[in-house]
Amino acid sequence: MRSLILKEIDELIFNSLGIIIFIAIFIGGVVAIQTALNLTNPLIPKNLIGFATRQSVILEFAPTFTSIIMAGKVGSYITSSIGTMRVTEQIDALEVMGVNALNYLVFPKIIAMLFYPFAVAIAMYVGVFGGYLANIAGGYSSSGDFIEGLQMDFIPYHITYSFIKTAVFAFIIATIPSFHGFYMTGGALDVGKASTTAFVWTSVVIIISNFILTQLLLG
Amino acid sequence: MIEVNNLHKSFGKTHVLKGITTSFEKGKTNLIIGQSGSGKTVFIKCLLGLLNPEEGTISYEGKIYSKLSGDERRDLRQEMGMVFQGSALFDSLTVEGNVMFPLEMFTKQSYAEMKERVDFVLNRVNLVDAHDRYPAEISGGMQKRVAIARAIVMNPKYLFCDEPNSGLDPKTAILIDNLIQEITQEYQITTVINTHDMNSVMEIGEKIVFLKNGKKEWEGSNKEIFKTDNKAVTNFVYSSELFKKVRQMYIEERN
Repeated sequence: MRSLILKEIDELIFNSLGIIIFIAIFIGGVVAIQTALNLTNPLIPKNLIGFATRQSVILEFAPTFTSIIMAGKVGSYITSSIGTMRVTEQIDALEVMGVNALNYLVFPKIIAMLFYPFAVAIAMYVGVFGGYLANIAGGYSSSGDFIEGLQMDFIPYHITYSFIKTAVFAFIIATIPSFHGFYMTGGALDVGKASTTAFVWTSVVIIISNFILTQLLLG
Repeated sequence: MIEVNNLHKSFGKTHVLKGITTSFEKGKTNLIIGQSGSGKTVFIKCLLGLLNPEEGTISYEGKIYSKLSGDERRDLRQEMGMVFQGSALFDSLTVEGNVMFPLEMFTKQSYAEMKERVDFVLNRVNLVDAHDRYPAEISGGMQKRVAIARAIVMNPKYLFCDEPNSGLDPKTAILIDNLIQEITQEYQITTVINTHDMNSVMEIGEKIVFLKNGKKEWEGSNKEIFKTDNKAVTNFVYSSELFKKVRQMYIEERN
């Protein structure tokens, strides 16, 4: 079981870091540029760019946006890998042997996704850094202004809130696609359909739970 | 020995198995034959415990499956080996990993002991140079042999095969049939094979159960199938010109 969990951590978390970093750096950059372009009033301090970037990335973009992307990448991997095992009778083979197939296939994925908050922490850091780079490259404010904004009115609870959300999203990303893969019927075409359905439902549940958690934790 | 008594299985309004009663003896290759849709796969899945019949009983050495506790069922399943139609090898594991899998899951053997056992069974199915290859890297015939090796690695009492030689060339199909029969006799396993292949029927059918529309239409051995006057059996088994001629020659020889 330990080797299975390590394999899943590698597949679900480490193999996703590239896309997470890529998305985070550009999202952070776009947030910084859009904030800067909307600051037309000279009375509004330039350090607001850093502040808005930090708040947007930490509170929403890193946990939620990344999770939607992961619902597509990791979720479809989970559904298609388990679904393919179903249509090729590999799950039946496990059950005939007396192996609890649900436990054997899904439990390691849930444990592996416990490491997902680490990936989101990297997304937070890289997203803010992307905002910094875009801000400097575009000449919207000085480096000092941006860093000052990053440190302004920082509430540590926002990080806690963000990680609570991430942990819930991780569970959703591991379980909903597993359900759709494990209980699918049909052939190869249906594996594709199950992956799409799993992505849609995972995204819907992430969006709704994001709303509920925000209301509960910040409201 | 496996005894089946009045087995019924439905899916919604479709009544697939309609009161099958038969038995499968130890040390014999028992074949289930019948047209597509006759209920063969559903029957074998009921025997494996993958499907629950609505009515009737299946007993293994006198123990009725439906009356067993969860732990007893798990123990019984560890005495079963299954060769699936598509081999059902785990894509992510090598040939050695696939065969070693049941040992890793259910025994406390050291790696050296497991390796010794895996080498033995792979050698038994004539696969000596494929240990480190993945299922996608080997031929269909080799995959079937790996599946047989995985099925027998735990020394099962019962071996089930769902169309073990489908998609194989005639020569490889005969090799697989002979291998299953040898293993059955050597280890005194109760083997149940689901097949469409008439070569298998003639070669290894020590007991044949013919299903038609979910009912047992006929049962007997591969010798008796030549003599039977059952229209449904003769229409199915001797549907090809070749087999019609073989039967004709057999009847002429007897006369």
